Amino acid sequence: MSGAIGKPTPYIDAVQKVTGQAMYADDFKFPNMLYVRFLRSTESHAKIKSLNVTEVEASSGVVAVITGKDIPQPFGVLSISRDETAMAIEKVRYQGEIVAAVAAETIEAAEAAVKRFRVEYEPIKEFYTPEDSLKTCESHEQIHPHTKDHKNIHKTAELRFNEPEKELETAKHKQTGNFKFAGVTHGFTEPHSAVAMWNGDETLTVISATQVPHYLHKNLSKVLGLPLHKIQVKKPVLGGGFGGKSDPFPHEMIVSYLAMKTKRPVKCTFSREEVFITHHGRHPTEIAMSISCDDDGKLTALDTDIIIDGGAFGSFGVVTSYYNGVLLQGPYKLDKFGFRTRRTYTNKHQCGAMRGHGAVNPRYAVETLLDMMAHDMKMDPCDLREKNFLSEHSSTVGEFRITSNGIRDCIAAVRKKSDWDNRYGKLPFGRGLGVACGFFISGSALPILWNRYPQTVVHAKLDFDGRIVMFSGASEIGQGSDTMLVQIAAEELGIPMDFVQVEVADTKTTPVDLGSYSSRVTFMVGNAAKTAASNVRSEMAKAIAKEKDVSAESLIFKNGRIFTKDKSLDISWEEGVEMAMAGRGAFVESGFYISPKLGGKFKGAGAGLSPSYSFGAFISEVEVNPKTGETNVKKVWGAHDCGKALNPLAVEGQIEGSIHMGLGQVMSEEMRYNNGQQMNANFFDYRIPSSLDTPDMDVTIIESNDPEGPYGAKEAGEGPIHPVLPSIGNAVFDAVGIRMMELPITPDKVLKKLKETA
Amino acid sequence: MEKVALTVNGFTQLVLVESHETILDTIRNRLNLTGTKKCCDEGTCGSCTIMMDGKPVLGCLTPTLRCVGKKILTIEGISAGENLHSVQKHLVKSLGLQCGFCTPGVVMTAVPFLEENPKPSRDEIKENLSGNLCRCTGYKKIIDAVENAAEEMQS
Repeated sequence: MSGAIGKPTPYIDAVQKVTGQAMYADDFKFPNMLYVRFLRSTESHAKIKSLNVTEVEASSGVVAVITGKDIPQPFGVLSISRDETAMAIEKVRYQGEIVAAVAAETIEAAEAAVKRFRVEYEPIKEFYTPEDSLKTCESHEQIHPHTKDHKNIHKTAELRFNEPEKELETAKHKQTGNFKFAGVTHGFTEPHSAVAMWNGDETLTVISATQVPHYLHKNLSKVLGLPLHKIQVKKPVLGGGFGGKSDPFPHEMIVSYLAMKTKRPVKCTFSREEVFITHHGRHPTEIAMSISCDDDGKLTALDTDIIIDGGAFGSFGVVTSYYNGVLLQGPYKLDKFGFRTRRTYTNKHQCGAMRGHGAVNPRYAVETLLDMMAHDMKMDPCDLREKNFLSEHSSTVGEFRITSNGIRDCIAAVRKKSDWDNRYGKLPFGRGLGVACGFFISGSALPILWNRYPQTVVHAKLDFDGRIVMFSGASEIGQGSDTMLVQIAAEELGIPMDFVQVEVADTKTTPVDLGSYSSRVTFMVGNAAKTAASNVRSEMAKAIAKEKDVSAESLIFKNGRIFTKDKSLDISWEEGVEMAMAGRGAFVESGFYISPKLGGKFKGAGAGLSPSYSFGAFISEVEVNPKTGETNVKKVWGAHDCGKALNPLAVEGQIEGSIHMGLGQVMSEEMRYNNGQQMNANFFDYRIPSSLDTPDMDVTIIESNDPEGPYGAKEAGEGPIHPVLPSIGNAVFDAVGIRMMELPITPDKVLKKLKETA
Repeated sequence: MEKVALTVNGFTQLVLVESHETILDTIRNRLNLTGTKKCCDEGTCGSCTIMMDGKPVLGCLTPTLRCVGKKILTIEGISAGENLHSVQKHLVKSLGLQCGFCTPGVVMTAVPFLEENPKPSRDEIKENLSGNLCRCTGYKKIIDAVENAAEEMQS
């Protein structure tokens, strides 16, 4: 790589961001704009008996008041669970659900009007835990009418290969554990915000803080009954997502509907409390898991039964249900494998996708059991893992195709850097080391909505000014995708990065990209961008070759010049542009990415399929105070195989950010509820780690050069979170000899365990 | 509504504000200085940090009426908006930001800190930034950036 690829590259939008010039959704303001506030349910599960709309309409400054029946069309990110409407219709399913919306001249007028609502509710039996929801109930008590057998089970996902239960019955070396995980939320800093405008040409423009402009586009069309070609969704600079902005949301439907109704720009921005209760975060999870191995430490079987608490609506829950199971197929080879996940509806805020989607909690379970196994068999936990790794270019029992795999290099790196062999099991009481590995998809091979199109298309435009503009629907959410587009074009065309600019995430001007979720952007958009830019190069080479009578293949594009090897031809980029455009003008070249056909034929075979998988190994060092029960994470060594680091700075940033988020879930974060009401919907009580909680981080990037990734690259945004949590849990065991089966690992739980084992 | 004279980024102007209004809402909504971010609006995250007479304050907890007669500096006024301050330069260079939403608050916290503590230890930097929540970076590269800025400002 001679150009921009592989070099630590600051983000192209970084100067805008450090100077406050970057425009986020709430920074947009338009003439004659209306502001929206919501009436939210105070009940968890109740019929709406009456609502006084006329009195609110008469309130000063109010322009429109709408309720559930105004926007009745259900929607959802997955076509198989479109179970949500923009506002509650007839009944509410969680505390905080939107019941009505007011558009007014000012925020204050909208807020004052909302206070004038009087609602009469008739309570329905509430379901606050999965245990409640698994029991049969009266049909009128069901949270949703479509669930089967008078129970509130949203989805049961189950796959079994080669009868793991039989192996486990007779296994000589077996470990079983029951684990419990609190729900956690994304905690992005930018609240949800959306502005909608009804344009003079009878089209709708929506500027929204979304990770998925395309899915929002499609859902808006369905909900509003407006043809797709009349809707433009634009993602401005986005203040973090982590999966929490990857669903189409009620407020986006509401501002759009109100813009159409009032013919005025309409905006709404959430308060922090609204962000918390909108949630869509990681499911509270209960896992019963068993693993077995032979005398040599080779894994023979894994079987698990998982219950996830989905909250009031579906969101990504069907995918989450599968991911809880299928992503246990790596990084260890397992021939006898089975899981069942049941996702229940409850009368709480809905859960969905969050960084490491579905696989974080079961990863904690399996890595803890492996640690227990190693301990009982008197084997080193790293050695036990190394005996079981999947090899590269292999396949899993559920027919995942494994291509590149740098897991051995990952574990070797952290083992060496942490001085594991000399320190594990030998540190004084209260200090400990723990290891864990991870495995994640590098983009979902199947689109969420089935169609015959590629998963992404990128256009590269060349014009007389010599500038390349990359048009992509990809959503920059802080992970660096805009910078990647520029790096790739600069690399392919041998020009400085400042010759390349981007037009992104605008469904009117940019070709479709499915969105920033499932760690798909580097792999898929990267490949499409590479093709688009290299097609521009071919077109230019053809024209130059014709004019200068050289072969197109002999032309080298490098350092802003185009030349032959012997330099008999050596022209500037600008001269090349002029030759390429003679007689035709500006042109656009295209690139696309579509996953190869992968996977088995059985039902559920599509879940977790990816063109490539990332791998990682982490070691953490902790200090546990046996008197107070406090755990301090001192240092984390993380090695992640991202195939090829297109931008090593960005990859490090993703790994460090994953350590932060993993640390939060394992140590302090927890969505706490009392009778369906969240007790900690603010950053005082929902504790995300601060700079003082940050351990030392030692990050190693492993490059296994994936055969199908762009320049060999695969994902780094989500995979690194998985090993973080269990490496810390296992380190607590090494420190004080207790197994933490419940997260977060708070001092009270540590003290309780210490007392039990004393 | 009250009519007040506010000096923001060196320029004094008359503004009509509600008596209960915070300076965060005034600068964002009335002065259109949207670089200062509203993240929690309850004093927990540091995203709305601005400077009042050279000291960092939380915009969401500061009534606008308390800003009368004070010099308010927002992210738009750092280095007179012309050059990047060392802190900004190093945040860019070391990728001490990802989504960028907490970044203006980080800048407005770190700049006055380095003025008062030109040679901070790494622990002092961590302590100083502990009121600025960042969900993307894991803080390491932010701390690196402030450390590098301090070194650069010394030389």
